[in-house]
Amino acid sequence: MVRKLPGTATKKIKAKKPIPSAVDAQAGYVRSEDAPLLPPPPSEVGVTGWLYKNIFASMSDFSSISAALKSAFIAVLTLLILYFLATQTIGLLDFAIFSAVWSDPEGLKRQACWTVEQGGALPAGWHAACWPFIQAKAKFIFYGAYPTDDLWRVNMTYAIGVFLLAWVLIERLPYRKMVGALLLTVYPVMAIVLLTGGAFTISTGTIGGATILGLALISIGRLGKAGYITGALGDLSLVAGVCGWVVIAFAVVLAIFSIDFDLEAIDTRDWGGLLITLVVAITGIVASLPLGILLALGRRSEMPVARFLSTVFIEFWRGVPLITVLFMASVMLPLFMPEGVNFDMLLRALIGVTLFSAAYMAEVVRGGLQAIDKGQYEGADAVGLSYWQSMRLIILPQALTHVIPGIVNTFIGLFKDTALVSIVGIFDLLGAAQSTLADAAWSTPVQGLTGYLVVATIFFIFCFGMSRYSMYMEQKLNRSHKI
Amino acid sequence: MTQPQNAVTQADDHNKVVSMRNVNKWFGQFHVLRDINLSVDKGERIVVCGPSGSGKSTLIRCLNRLEKHQDGDISVHGIELNNDVKNIDEIRREVGMVFQHFNLFPHLSILENCMLAPIWVRKTPRAEAEEIAMHFLTRVKIPEQARKYPGQLSGGQQQRVAIARALCMQPQLMLFDEPTSALDPEMIKEVLDTMVELADDGMTMICVTHEMGFARRVANRVIFMDEGQIVEQNEPEAFFNNPQSDRTKLFLSQILGH
Repeated sequence: MVRKLPGTATKKIKAKKPIPSAVDAQAGYVRSEDAPLLPPPPSEVGVTGWLYKNIFASMSDFSSISAALKSAFIAVLTLLILYFLATQTIGLLDFAIFSAVWSDPEGLKRQACWTVEQGGALPAGWHAACWPFIQAKAKFIFYGAYPTDDLWRVNMTYAIGVFLLAWVLIERLPYRKMVGALLLTVYPVMAIVLLTGGAFTISTGTIGGATILGLALISIGRLGKAGYITGALGDLSLVAGVCGWVVIAFAVVLAIFSIDFDLEAIDTRDWGGLLITLVVAITGIVASLPLGILLALGRRSEMPVARFLSTVFIEFWRGVPLITVLFMASVMLPLFMPEGVNFDMLLRALIGVTLFSAAYMAEVVRGGLQAIDKGQYEGADAVGLSYWQSMRLIILPQALTHVIPGIVNTFIGLFKDTALVSIVGIFDLLGAAQSTLADAAWSTPVQGLTGYLVVATIFFIFCFGMSRYSMYMEQKLNRSHKI
Repeated sequence: MTQPQNAVTQADDHNKVVSMRNVNKWFGQFHVLRDINLSVDKGERIVVCGPSGSGKSTLIRCLNRLEKHQDGDISVHGIELNNDVKNIDEIRREVGMVFQHFNLFPHLSILENCMLAPIWVRKTPRAEAEEIAMHFLTRVKIPEQARKYPGQLSGGQQQRVAIARALCMQPQLMLFDEPTSALDPEMIKEVLDTMVELADDGMTMICVTHEMGFARRVANRVIFMDEGQIVEQNEPEAFFNNPQSDRTKLFLSQILGH
């Protein structure tokens, strides 16, 4: 206004109330040429800018006594925190690296990590990591009691898994969707066969029966598609067709499991250490996300039965501690089973952990669904997308992007909760490491610290990796808010 | 597209795109649509106006089942609108809708927004869907924005994308639910121009709007609604110059008075 019509504007302002003369002189002022574009002050850019903004901004104000006191207080606090961080970091590095015992060439075992007072050769007051102990126990910490001759099977499972996963995660590579499908379908079957040895006793009758059932269901689906079955039964027949393929896939998996690949059978009771942690965590993560999504959709469904069942499921599993779930799985479940039926303990724990985290996942996903505007549902409906299409193409991609932090939070929680399976006699990473501490041959004051340091580091690497990848995903998928 | 076993085609309905008979709807206790009778012929352009809360939006949202009517018969494009999901899907394929707040899909690019429904609902091959999408984006004059995301466009551009998205399904009927109400004044024109062009091409349209200039220029018929009823309908000249009911007169004096 002022720029366009300086005269009238000034008059109006004048008419309303008297303005101090300095302002008055400016009120009618109009720029006759553009103001120059100036570079930002040094406190805004570059190294000095960064230092100023991040460190000195809060402690460089000495204009009054109170401001100076505040600046001084913050400066002292900063120094104290820096000192604390430095001593802690140095202490950790000293413990883990500089003062640590790295090798035990003479096979002294515990004596290699003993000080003079304790009967060893190390100087008095020595207190640092005893790595030979970890070297000696590494196999147990990473693989548990898995037979040494067969460790290649575990390593091969890891290698193939890492290879496929890397392929899916690196965006420049081709066929990523296909590799992803492989990772979710063929890989688990292969991993189970490799790790357990396969050759389960499954009667040919079961496989044959499943095959026939599957084929029958598929034919019903075909008939429905061709229009021979109409009405409500027609819809059911289409569902039957889909189920048929699932049953056939199941039969194929059973058939593969029954094949004898000439691998030695290794009971899951012999699995342990990091292997167990990864098996439980990865199965839990991969299975709980889709299950959680289904539960969340169910809880928001307009069908009362689906909503009721989902709510009951979620509230039940959220209302029970994981330890209780695991105890139930290990103690109660066998009581309900018929005589002679033995359900693998690891499998029971896996199911328990998966259902438990699926309930949490469902609530995280539901939070994301609630953030989606009603207009998105209506937009999807109006162009004629079906319920599942609109969920898959419109609603879930947005909802899940919103709640990536929550989803990864649940994943990380699940990864760390795997440590609880040790209370039902499954030796996960922590359980395995802890059990090595009982070995008197390595009994030293630093034995426990060294073991726990290793466990903590491994947990941290995995959890931190997930956290970083989730932040990367968040940034990558955040295009809806890009302006 | 219409499968004979689903369509309730009546002999005299051949030219009829919409027919509503004695339609009633309630939101809880509130009787929002009261005994609506309306029929729209192919190529007709209807403008629905009325005070807020009069049921205009609800009326057109009943036509593609975004709202469910409880009583009466609605048929669109000869297909009876009832609880049969197949019929609803079929009607939605033939009816395009443009919303007040655009309702574009923010996680998809402009082009993907337009290609989505043809690919997934009409099963159009990808290349062809892209061709269709580019055709309609060109028609609403923003082909150069195809690779951008909705968040990067102005309101007027977004609304034109929304029109293009609806057109990509090549509908028989277009519904506009206050398409310019959320726009800045300078952007209203570009959207209205697009709608005028669409009308000139012979598209059947039902448009809820307060743009009376648009109504005068484009509509065959203006419908005035108040308290859930169709109070008056007439050709635009007669409607604006010679309103019959007092309520219409009051409404017109209020919106044209300033």
